[in-house]
Amino acid sequence: MTTHRPASEDDVRALVSDAAARAVPLALAGGATKRAVGRPAQTQETVSTAGLTGVTLYEPAELVIGARAGTPLAEVERTLAEKNQRLAFEPADWRALLGSEGEPTIGAVAAGNISGPRRIMVGAARDALIGVRFVNGRGEAVKNGGRVMKNVTGLDLVKLVAGAWGTLGVLTEVTFKVLPIPERTATLVFSGLDDERAIAALSAALGSPYEVTGAAHIPGDGGGAGTLVRIEGFEASVRYRLGELKTLLSEYGEPGLVEGEDGAALWRGVRDAAPLVQPSERAVWKISTAPSRGPALAAAIGAACEARWFYDWGGGLIWLATAADEAAAAAVREATRAHRGHATLVRAPADLRAAVDVFEPLPAPMMTLTRGIKASFDPKGIFEPGRMYAGV
Amino acid sequence: MSIAFPTPDEAVLARRDAILEGLAPLVAPDALIVTEDERRAFDTDALTAYRKLPLAVVLPSTTEEVSAVMRFCSENGVKVVARGAGTSLAGGAIPQEDAVVIGVSKLNRVLETNFADRTMRVQSGITNLAISQAVAHEGFFYAPDPSSQLACTIAGNVAMNSGGAHCLKYGVTTNNLLGLTVVLVDGTVVEIGGDMLDAPGYDFLGLMTGSEGQLGIVTEATVRILRAAEGARPALMGFESIEECGACVAAIIGAGIIPVALEYMDKPAIEICEAFAHAGYPLDVEAMLIIEVEGSDEEMEDALARIVEIAKPFNPRALKVAQTEAEAAAIWKGRKSAFGATGRVADYICMDGTIPTGQLKYVLKRIDEIVKGYGLGVANVFHAGDGNLHPLVMFDTNKPGEMEKAEEAGADILKLCVEVGGCLTGEHGVGIEKRDLMTTQYNREDLRQQLRVRGVFDPMWLLNPAKVFPLEGRDLDEAGANGREAA
Ligand SMILES: Cc1cc2nc3c(=O)[nH]c(=O)nc-3n(C[C@H](O)[C@H](O)[C@@H](O)COP(=O)(O)OP(=O)(O)OC[C@H]3O[C@@H](n4cnc5c(N)ncnc54)[C@H](O)[C@@H]3O)c2cc1C
Ligand SMILES: Cc1cc2nc3c(=O)[nH]c(=O)nc-3n(C[C@H](O)[C@H](O)[C@H](O)COP(=O)(O)OP(=O)(O)OC[C@H]3O[C@@H](n4cnc5c(N)ncnc54)[C@H](O)[C@@H]3O)c2cc1C
Repeated sequence: MTTHRPASEDDVRALVSDAAARAVPLALAGGATKRAVGRPAQTQETVSTAGLTGVTLYEPAELVIGARAGTPLAEVERTLAEKNQRLAFEPADWRALLGSEGEPTIGAVAAGNISGPRRIMVGAARDALIGVRFVNGRGEAVKNGGRVMKNVTGLDLVKLVAGAWGTLGVLTEVTFKVLPIPERTATLVFSGLDDERAIAALSAALGSPYEVTGAAHIPGDGGGAGTLVRIEGFEASVRYRLGELKTLLSEYGEPGLVEGEDGAALWRGVRDAAPLVQPSERAVWKISTAPSRGPALAAAIGAACEARWFYDWGGGLIWLATAADEAAAAAVREATRAHRGHATLVRAPADLRAAVDVFEPLPAPMMTLTRGIKASFDPKGIFEPGRMYAGV
Repeated sequence: MSIAFPTPDEAVLARRDAILEGLAPLVAPDALIVTEDERRAFDTDALTAYRKLPLAVVLPSTTEEVSAVMRFCSENGVKVVARGAGTSLAGGAIPQEDAVVIGVSKLNRVLETNFADRTMRVQSGITNLAISQAVAHEGFFYAPDPSSQLACTIAGNVAMNSGGAHCLKYGVTTNNLLGLTVVLVDGTVVEIGGDMLDAPGYDFLGLMTGSEGQLGIVTEATVRILRAAEGARPALMGFESIEECGACVAAIIGAGIIPVALEYMDKPAIEICEAFAHAGYPLDVEAMLIIEVEGSDEEMEDALARIVEIAKPFNPRALKVAQTEAEAAAIWKGRKSAFGATGRVADYICMDGTIPTGQLKYVLKRIDEIVKGYGLGVANVFHAGDGNLHPLVMFDTNKPGEMEKAEEAGADILKLCVEVGGCLTGEHGVGIEKRDLMTTQYNREDLRQQLRVRGVFDPMWLLNPAKVFPLEGRDLDEAGANGREAA
């Protein structure tokens, strides 16, 4: 197992060209906190971005930040916080969930399109990503997008590489749009709702004009369920909207109010899938569907196999834990198909990840396009081979 | 005229009768347009200086018809230009003599509205405004609002990734789209995304958005609809200098306020719009901002009070917070009539570039010098929050050579945008207009990667082929544009 540690984009070009010439597959790693996710890949050599660090651009008044791919996420967040700004899409930290260590990097946040509960309001990581530099499988350095928020010059390859899990190229530099940290954040907590009523309450909140920036439901045994609605902004505005929301949602009970560090911890838990971290031998799935179909989809899985779940409803997500076996995986896939959603196996032992699809299988024409895109970036198939789909 | 068109394929022109015969059974009789008179209506878009008569026009009513036409055209090597309402300012929908235009104007229905999930599925030829109107009774709207929203279609919006005055807060088309039905060049129909926030696999939805009719024909779209804010109120501020105006914008954003719209107008633009709309704009200032906030009365008052406080150190000479609906409408009427009002005083071309807002002062000074250097005039309106400039370069068509000069000045301005770290187009797209400038923003390797991706969808270059990429050097690559061949 060799780990290359390029110190510049030119180094990356040289080593990718060399690997392409030798037809040697490469794993890409930022902090390598997530090696154990995706389809198990057979790679002897790794490109680490640990040597590609540093914030390269920060213009608070233009709401943009750029950094080399290996820059620790924490450093980017610290730099932004000094000017009271943040990556509004709330990148998650899965170290507890995956039992891994290391330092999450900004490049991998882009590569994985890692987004949290605020995406209903501000979009996913890919919506905030406005520019990239990467080295493709031919060893060419490519720029796409830029440092301005509006840009429709040519094809938007930024979106393609966001969420491609390193299969299309080695990101060397990424530029994100950022937003101010609001003056006040407050969360209404409703107790004891079942899934149907909780989702109805959340849909009413999300369909109101009160700019909800987080909506989640964590079912509990007996009366332990919590249904969360988050509001952010200037003090007077938050006060007003909390009042209006309480009135709007009065049929769902009298909510509690959580703020400050307690509130932040609550949303970190939703973001990082904390309710499913234990027991650690269970498989964990991330399922995306339309809000109105969510409860039935989760119930269908629950009827077919033993499962526990919660809803990150701002993100339109069901997080779900089952036994780490093929029967449960089949139940998840079948229910997701029947209720028009799609599922990603986020945590499972390698043998299960090798035996079942980790990412949602695509219809044939989309798979053809997917292979075409892969070949257009990486004709020799050297980056993260098979991590997303066989042959991609 | 300085923008070149490719020479039409003589063999295709010679086969015109056979091609029309082949197309006829694929669509309803009135959906195939063949006479020269009727084809004329499709020979240009909003870049009216350029015109080409298409081989034929088809106006399908179903995805299946689009699929049949595409299959026929690709089997017969006939080029296809997709068309929405033809409001492209970049010449994106201008046809060519050897191409069939597929217009989506008859695909204009709402298919499904789901208020609980906040989604709506529409056919792609529906106008942008009709989408919002269809959900307004429940207090909802579709957020991206190009000034052309009365006419332009969601198909054109997707193809151009269009934005509008309110995109500082709500994002552009790509941020408000959930799913597409697309007909690929060989007639294959694919569903991309759906009615949920995430789609599996590579982000084809993001790739299709802004691809200017070069990857497939969009026949349906699922969009996000949002609940409208309780109210909206604009304020107007005039400044004695561009510096103070720019600094005020930076201070507002620095204070953590993201207004829903933040529009900038320079002195010539203020004068032209005021003369037309009588909006009550101050005429003794160098620059003016329109700042709009949203929410309940209480929230708007709070936000506007903060903004006024922030603006004080920059000595706003004029300051007017709209107190009534009528005052709010007047403030916006002036801004929204900028194009029409300018058209009354001069011919003009509307440029569309983006800059880092920190470069504003330098860029406005250079734009003035560039345009004066050609002996022309310019008015600037722009989205100050995101640096999207719209210089209106004014000229007189009756003076020989002036339009060419305006085009050259426009090209110089766009190069300037790229030079300072911005880009060639923020919302209008590349089309034919900026095709030959692509090499100023992207180098050979950058462009080659885009061409290879294009090649995955359209290896024979049949879809809107005269657009976006420089005519020269399209097969820059040893492996050809086709990524699949390269594999
Ligand atoms: C299937 C899957 C789903 C996941 N979903 C989530 C999620 O929803 N939320 C979440 O927080 N985390 C998720 N992760 C983990 C995510 O990678 C981390 O949050 C990320 O930020 C960790 O950073 P890292 O530097 O340790 O990444 P690493 O473990 O080093 O890399 C993560 C991925 O990014 C790629 N990558 C890393 N650097 C680059 C680069 N410079 N250029 C191109 N590609 C690169 C790698 O190839 C790998 O595929 C997921 C991972 C996988 C495989
Ligand atoms: C007065 C005026 C104001 C404007 N203001 C704005 C503004 O504020 N913001 C903004 O972003 N733009 C603006 N525009 C530009 C223009 O309105 C937009 O680009 C709009 O999205 C074009 O839509 P359309 O339906 O007219 O498309 P068309 O002009 O018909 O086509 C535009 C492009 O889309 C492609 N296309 C059309 N239909 C399809 C399809 N079904 N599938 C695939 N590709 C297709 C065409 O091939 C072409 O490349 C303005 C234009 C005018 C004239």
